[in-house]
Amino acid sequence: MVDANPATESREQREPKPRPNGPSFVTDLRPSMIAMLESAPVVFDLSHVEVFYGAFRAVRDVNMKIHKNQITAFIGPSGCGKTTVLRSFNRMHDVIPGARVAGEVKYHGVNLYGPEVSPTEVRRRIGMVFQKPNPFPKSIYDNIAFGPRVNGVRDKAKLDEIVEKSLRSAALWDEVKDRLHGSALGMSGGQQQRLCIARTIAVEPEVVLMDEPCSALDPIATARVEDLMRELKDHYTIVIVTHNMQQAARVSERTAFFTAELDKKSEQRTGLLVEYDFTSKIFANPRDERTENYITGRFG
Amino acid sequence: MIEPSATPMLDLRARPSWRSTKNVIMCGVMVGAFVLVAIPLVAVLWSVISRGAGTAFSGFPAFFTKEIPNISRLPGPGMGPAIVGTLLVTLGATLIAVPLGILGAVYLHEYGRESKFSRLVRFMSVVMTGVPSIVMGLFVYVIWTMRFGYSAFGGSIAMACLMLPIVIGSTEQMLQLVPPHLREAAYALGTTKSRTILTVVLPAALPGIVSGSLLAVARAAGETAPLLFTIGAATQFNTHLFGGANNALSAQIFINANSSFAGAQDRAWGAALTLVLLTFAITMIARVFTARVAMKR
Repeated sequence: MVDANPATESREQREPKPRPNGPSFVTDLRPSMIAMLESAPVVFDLSHVEVFYGAFRAVRDVNMKIHKNQITAFIGPSGCGKTTVLRSFNRMHDVIPGARVAGEVKYHGVNLYGPEVSPTEVRRRIGMVFQKPNPFPKSIYDNIAFGPRVNGVRDKAKLDEIVEKSLRSAALWDEVKDRLHGSALGMSGGQQQRLCIARTIAVEPEVVLMDEPCSALDPIATARVEDLMRELKDHYTIVIVTHNMQQAARVSERTAFFTAELDKKSEQRTGLLVEYDFTSKIFANPRDERTENYITGRFG
Repeated sequence: MIEPSATPMLDLRARPSWRSTKNVIMCGVMVGAFVLVAIPLVAVLWSVISRGAGTAFSGFPAFFTKEIPNISRLPGPGMGPAIVGTLLVTLGATLIAVPLGILGAVYLHEYGRESKFSRLVRFMSVVMTGVPSIVMGLFVYVIWTMRFGYSAFGGSIAMACLMLPIVIGSTEQMLQLVPPHLREAAYALGTTKSRTILTVVLPAALPGIVSGSLLAVARAAGETAPLLFTIGAATQFNTHLFGGANNALSAQIFINANSSFAGAQDRAWGAALTLVLLTFAITMIARVFTARVAMKR
């Protein structure tokens, strides 16, 4: 036997809680838990949402509610519109020429696509973490301070405080505190992704949207990001798109299964929401046959 | 136990084939093409240095600081006013063309995109690249010089007209190279479009924009035709951008090389060498600056 790696040891001392070995909610769906999850306030209320890229209808007829301080996972095969629906939550389609959202995306009762709504105001409240870590080619400090500066924070002491707080919440502070003014591009992929999460929460959004945040990370970095999600849940509402069903089962309270079906009229593949329920329900006892086929690996 | 020698040696050497022969032939063709391209470059540099160095560096730095002899048949040094004039004209042109060009490119790439107006502007900018420089000179002669007389600024306008499409083109290309995920990151933080361009897109494209602009400067600095009838031919120092006739190295090369006097011809070669060194210096500055900025990230 070799000695345990001191770095791993100190990390475990810092985070003593045991890692769950598998799906946390599959076996744990007591009535009290259901009642608690049900009573959470609704953050997003989607009705008849459709997203178009030009004439192509990418997603049709999505109806769902996203609840406060819970993690909602979107799963489904590639090209089924998970990311497309996620991006409609903070108006990220506005920057793609030709993209259009129909139907209603209500955020605390306000339609995000109403004529008076400013996309920048929306995005300030609803942050997003992308599939590929995308730090700015600036220093670590400037990456985190970017959002607060945009929102008018000029005070150096206040910025220092926000940077430290955000990096601590992203479990990154101890790794980078000595090189805050070094380039963010010199970090590892996992660190960059946690930096992007820290950058997102530095503007104190209410919702954090995550688009396959771990697909470019190795299992250790993935585990750290998942731990982070569980910690952030107390303060933020999280919606995560993932290709990894185990990940959805590990972290989320609710899961939505999307799939793509051939539209008879247009002969194009359009995404749709098949089933949306508690994660434990989706994985243990799905209502729809397509969901069952997908999670058992018979399709997709 | 199996004897190691029982298995035959694995042969991983390349097999002779038409593909590898083709590879050798194409390599030869490419080296030949490079040599062919390098010959005129080396020949130009050699003739400029061998004939210009004597004039330019005898009694250094007299050639760079003395005034141009009034009577062109007199031998002896003096290109100072032309050097000052070239720097002044180029500086003026840069101040006009670079900000306008960058703003234009930002409009075309970030706001106009594929709208009818921006397509028209982009098309006109391409057309402008093809306009002969003497036509630009004539244009400035008519709208500026005929009204206000010879001045370095007239040359600056003409030169700026030549630089503008280059700056627009290179800047737009650099903006296209900024990865879209950087913009998305900024938008997702609630940043407005203008702020995203100022704080994320332009800084990311800066090294490319700077080197593109400086290459335009270096190219314009050597232009002769637009200066011939816009700046005049002063033999004394004139450091005013707007007032009075000025001079430029390229114009001096043209005038002196046409002269039948040996002294003037020597000065033309000296001026040619000076101009080459000047453009070389500008290009080097561009490279060094770009490398510095790139290293910082």
